Amino acid sequence: MEQVTLNVMDNRPIARSVWQMTLMGPCSAVKEPGQFVDIKLEGFILRRPFAVCDWNTMGMTIIYKVVGKGTDKMTELLPGCQLDCLIGLGNGFDTAPSGEAPLLIGGGVGTPPIYALAKKLVSEGKKPQVILGFKNIQDVFYENEFRELGCEVTVTTSDGSYGIKGHVNDVFPEYYTYYYTCGSMSLMKTVHETAKTEGQLSLEERMGCGFGACMGCSVKTHSGYKRVCKDGPVLTSSEVIFD
Amino acid sequence: MGTKVTLCGIELDNPVIPASGTFGYGYEFAELYDINCLGSFSFKGTTKEPRFGNPTPRIAETPSGMINSVGLQNPGVEKVISEELPKLKKVFYKPVMANVSGFSVDEYVYTCSLLDKEEQVGWLEVNISCPNVHGGGMSFGTDPKAAGEVTRAVKSVCRKPVIIKLTPNVTDIVSIAKACEESGADGISLINTLLGMRIDLNSGRPVIAMNTGGLSGPAVFPVALRMVYEVSRAVKIPVVGMGGVFSAEDVIEMMMAGATAVEVGTANLIQPYASRDIISSLPAVMERYGITDLAEIVGIAH
Repeated sequence: MEQVTLNVMDNRPIARSVWQMTLMGPCSAVKEPGQFVDIKLEGFILRRPFAVCDWNTMGMTIIYKVVGKGTDKMTELLPGCQLDCLIGLGNGFDTAPSGEAPLLIGGGVGTPPIYALAKKLVSEGKKPQVILGFKNIQDVFYENEFRELGCEVTVTTSDGSYGIKGHVNDVFPEYYTYYYTCGSMSLMKTVHETAKTEGQLSLEERMGCGFGACMGCSVKTHSGYKRVCKDGPVLTSSEVIFD
Repeated sequence: MGTKVTLCGIELDNPVIPASGTFGYGYEFAELYDINCLGSFSFKGTTKEPRFGNPTPRIAETPSGMINSVGLQNPGVEKVISEELPKLKKVFYKPVMANVSGFSVDEYVYTCSLLDKEEQVGWLEVNISCPNVHGGGMSFGTDPKAAGEVTRAVKSVCRKPVIIKLTPNVTDIVSIAKACEESGADGISLINTLLGMRIDLNSGRPVIAMNTGGLSGPAVFPVALRMVYEVSRAVKIPVVGMGGVFSAEDVIEMMMAGATAVEVGTANLIQPYASRDIISSLPAVMERYGITDLAEIVGIAH
């Protein structure tokens, strides 16, 4: 973990209530896809955690959904704003067990860390197959970004307004070597039940500190309690308890 | 600049002590900075048996504060002694404050008597004020008789100073503090969190899984200050003040109200370097207010 000041370079809506923010500043503390950044906003006590969508040593991109006062405030941040950030937080995705053709499943705003993961897998010479699940055409984002990485992409919408009508588990490919997913708990449960392989899941929880001190985000797992912020957010499918 | 204070016979380099539940068992923060700059710190509330704590969500934000309902998650006293303290020894050489909770007088006695024997433990901070567990914790801290009973029982098995941590969720905190003093407490620390809640407007349901939780942060500072002031005027034993302390100025204000040492809680969760930064800014702030020795300002507001 490192505390850094990042400058807002760009901040724009990319889907319904979904915004993309590009930040510049020292980001070499980010080590793995699936890690997150915890941002301090003026006027709010707690930091806001966001998965890193893309990064290099000079900056990062995050994608956020406007769900409350804090994220609403974020949409007002203009280029040039400086943000107090804790970066390199959490235990990210491990690409070692992926095999040559891993299946990546993003649900809604769970998609951003899947993008960072896809980029890493591609750089390792693997061929990720990507499924993105949304409710409606207005919610869809990053389909082209994944294609530009060279991934095979299937988009589903639950109302059929775009891509294939249905849910992510309706369009699982015949062959895949491992899976990675981030989305709502119900989506990840469906993925887990449909999948024929082991996998890794990125969990979400309301956090206090974001770096393992307060125990505010602990969840029970098959291997004892885990702090989503420090031991997670990425856990293996054999650890997660689905209830 | 004199920043040294003496708490129950043990000298601290400065009065700043990260509060229990915001600093784990120390080493999360030892990865960030040398925690030996601290006066001491109070480790995560420890119970006889391991506890997972409450279901999530355990955290909610409030205006100028936060609510937590962790529910005393900890690995139990035996693991704390066999695993956590040896790890801590590698990164912290000063006496640590052992924070203890329980669900019966016997549990408090059991846990305290084990931790009292540990060389690294300087003080026992006995939490009779946790608002987030049923059938224990706070129920001892809301009745002078029960508070006195826990104090006496713990004192009878401990050689080290016993500091009783009080809840603000009472009508008369002074009467509880006095009962602890009369029963042999070596010090009082206050305040634990104030009971509060938030409701999610989307669901119409409480944000916190257990419905309510403990409010902390700058929002509670004036309440904490008032209680430190009242209690320190009424007892002769030292008072450790806490509640929404975020700056060196807050530390000084708490000491003027009557605190011998000051705990920093929520600030550590938002600014991981908060305790270190408060300590490093103390001399400059002391100079601004013409303070040469912190020990001399304790209770000057009385």
